Amino acid sequence: MGEILKLHFDVDGDDFTSAGEASAEVKKKLRLLGYSPETVRRVSIAMYEGEINMVIHAGGGVADVEISEDCIKIVLEDHGPGIENIELAMSEGYSTAADAVRSLGFGAGMGIPNMKRYTDSFNLESTVGVGTKVTLVINT
Amino acid sequence: MKISEIQKLLNAEVLTCKENLDNDVKSACGSDMMSDVLAYVKDQAVLLTGLVNMQVIRTAEMMDMVCVVFVRNKVPTDEILALAESKNIVVMKTGERMFDACGILYSSGLRQVK
Ligand SMILES: Nc1ncnc2c1ncn2[C@@H]1O[C@H](COP(=O)(O)OP(=O)(O)O)[C@@H](O)[C@H]1O
Ligand SMILES: [Mg+2]
Repeated sequence: MGEILKLHFDVDGDDFTSAGEASAEVKKKLRLLGYSPETVRRVSIAMYEGEINMVIHAGGGVADVEISEDCIKIVLEDHGPGIENIELAMSEGYSTAADAVRSLGFGAGMGIPNMKRYTDSFNLESTVGVGTKVTLVINT
Repeated sequence: MKISEIQKLLNAEVLTCKENLDNDVKSACGSDMMSDVLAYVKDQAVLLTGLVNMQVIRTAEMMDMVCVVFVRNKVPTDEILALAESKNIVVMKTGERMFDACGILYSSGLRQVK
């Protein structure tokens, strides 16, 4: 096994404008490291959906990314409100996003299904009142 | 078609990355919902939208799109343009509305990859 590159990001929950900066940073890094365009895109979209969710639903959080030869692992963790019904949240079209969020172009309820689609492994742990942890793995 | 042809067809004003106008694009999509672009769009090179915020450029960047067209004369901020410039994304604005802009490009051969 080769070495693992670790990146850490604080995702600001008060600034919708800067949402996506962590995902953009990871995308740039993966490109520089020479990962295939397909891998880079899958990681970018999945992480961006997760990052947006932390901003619009949880007031921000942290992202930890581990880049190795075989896979890219992304852990997104927040101390937001948590998710009451995880199964429901994972279904297509389900969204609790406010109209204000929808007018910004998000909140179609396709973020979690999209994260599942673009990853090889998807795990969501959430406790109401404690927070949410999403783990995404993309094999290269 | 070349990006420059899109500019001509839509009578659009190019705001970033003029050096890329000669590049070829084959597909486009139109939406104001970035969530839908992220979920349903596949291999589109051009995004037409009436939504103006930073996440439009971020979404285009994540999807490897090369051109964003703001319809209905929406004016992007300097911050939006700076981000697009740094990501090598051509931004233009047109007075056409979404339906017309899409129709014009469609009848000239651009399609959405399904
Ligand atoms: N980090 C999070 N913290 C709290 N709730 C979340 C989080 N991520 C997702 N959710 C909940 O799951 C729902 C579905 O998420 P998603 O599929 O991304 O759709 P959308 O973001 O468009 O609402 C959200 O509307 C929200 O209720
Ligand atoms: Mg979402």
